Amino acid sequence: MRDHSRAGAVNWLYAAPALLVMAVVSLLPIGYTFRLAGEYHRLWVDTRFWPVVRTTLSLTAVTVALELLLGLAMALVLWSPFPGRGLVRAVVLIPWALPTAVMAMAWRWIFNADSGVMGDLMFRLGLAASPQVPWLADATSAFWAIVLADVWKTTPFMAVLLMSGLAAIPDELYEAAAIDGAGPVRRFLVVTLPLLKPTIVVAVIFRAIQTFGLFDLVFVLTGGGPGGRTQTIAVYAYDVVFRYQELAYGCALVVAMALCLVLMTSLMLAASRRGGAR
Amino acid sequence: MRPTARGRALFALAVAAVAAWSLAPFLWQLITSLKPAAEVAAVPVRYWPSTLDLSSYAQMFRARPFALYIWNSFVVGVGTTALTTALGVCAAYAFSRLGLPGGRAALIAILGLSLFPGTVLIVPLKMLAAKAGLLNSRLGLVIAYTALNLPFAVWVLKAFFDRLPKDIEEAAWLDGLSRWQTLWMIVLPLAAPAVATTAILVFIFSWNEFLIAQTLVSRDAARTVPVGIAMLSGVTVYEVPWGQIAAAVVVTTLPVVAMVLAFQRRIVEGLTAGAVKG
Repeated sequence: MRDHSRAGAVNWLYAAPALLVMAVVSLLPIGYTFRLAGEYHRLWVDTRFWPVVRTTLSLTAVTVALELLLGLAMALVLWSPFPGRGLVRAVVLIPWALPTAVMAMAWRWIFNADSGVMGDLMFRLGLAASPQVPWLADATSAFWAIVLADVWKTTPFMAVLLMSGLAAIPDELYEAAAIDGAGPVRRFLVVTLPLLKPTIVVAVIFRAIQTFGLFDLVFVLTGGGPGGRTQTIAVYAYDVVFRYQELAYGCALVVAMALCLVLMTSLMLAASRRGGAR
Repeated sequence: MRPTARGRALFALAVAAVAAWSLAPFLWQLITSLKPAAEVAAVPVRYWPSTLDLSSYAQMFRARPFALYIWNSFVVGVGTTALTTALGVCAAYAFSRLGLPGGRAALIAILGLSLFPGTVLIVPLKMLAAKAGLLNSRLGLVIAYTALNLPFAVWVLKAFFDRLPKDIEEAAWLDGLSRWQTLWMIVLPLAAPAVATTAILVFIFSWNEFLIAQTLVSRDAARTVPVGIAMLSGVTVYEVPWGQIAAAVVVTTLPVVAMVLAFQRRIVEGLTAGAVKG
């Protein structure tokens, strides 16, 4: 232990290769994006920009909310002991682990207008007038197709995070609540939910950041269509840079996106603090 | 807390629903991939193939260089995993044990770096890769993925090192081992489970990555599977080859499914350590 601090500077050499790679390949490019960005004034007059921001925000809000509800239910189910729990936990993780772009193609097939299974199922259940539903050709249904695919994919991740929160709740609290005569619902409301709150806050912020930057699922599933109506900021910026070759404005969009992220995260942190009990 | 028979039945139903929801889209691709060509896009939808037909798989390898894409994904995945774990172990060890002055700040900076979505760095990254002659190169992807995965690797490994008892290392120093030898001969074997966890997750991330692969690679020589599949989206006049796409989806996702089934516990552990300790 003694010689640690003496060799302090030399010890940085252990971390140097990793730090160098991150500095050159992540930090430097991030900084350079800010330098490349220009033509900020166009953000205010670009008729595409605000609809894209709105789509991104609604997608984030709807997806994360659904994911939290489903993830909580999933976590409670997978947390209780039952035979075969390991296998079920593995099965549930599969959607999270599969390549998003690849599964986006799978979802395109499911939502196919002519012979997609989604239309057929809805028709059989009496929820659609015909099995042929052009899901991805209509802005609203395309939006919900993205939501469904993303919720499917990322709910397991939410469930895993929430399970780690459940693991940290001491059993005695449940026992004490049970002795006080609290039923399962009451125990959930009085013990589980309040103690899970810090985990929920972390998980929601983490997922909101990821969904806000969503690219591959939208790019492959709808291509941002129909008519750009399901574009997220990331997809729009990608188009501006690589399709229209407008580097400065594309980077300005990305910078705006980063600022939105910072703002969104601070608002959520502030809200969770004000919610009491830190 | 003694469950009634009805409670148990409801619980079993919930478990079954969770598993079915997770598997359904993947199974639908599997079924589609095994149908004879005439039944793939049949109207109304056929839920079960009349005969098992593997021609979609044969065609998928013939129509595009999918064997090469899979090989590329494999090489990039293994390269990224090896480089990320090697650099990550050294850095995490330094941050955990070597008392780096300013280490805490560096760790927080690394975490902040990982919160930026990939879109923020792709434009400069592409310029950088072009300058370094690393466009359309598997090495280019390995370096980029290593940089993107290092924050996660460093945090997870550090969290694990923090929990290892220090006295073994101190004994090794007293026995005259250098710090470097201590890391490789004493600490690494103890940390093997954490290193394996990190390696599995890094491999999954790099097998799945789409945005960077799509941006840095425009030739088959270095193209990875997610991009190869997304390219089949066929904005051409020809009909989209859904049978082949389904086959490609199955071939790409099977290794991931196998990994999840084999390493469920490690993956859950790694995800919670990476996301919540952060």
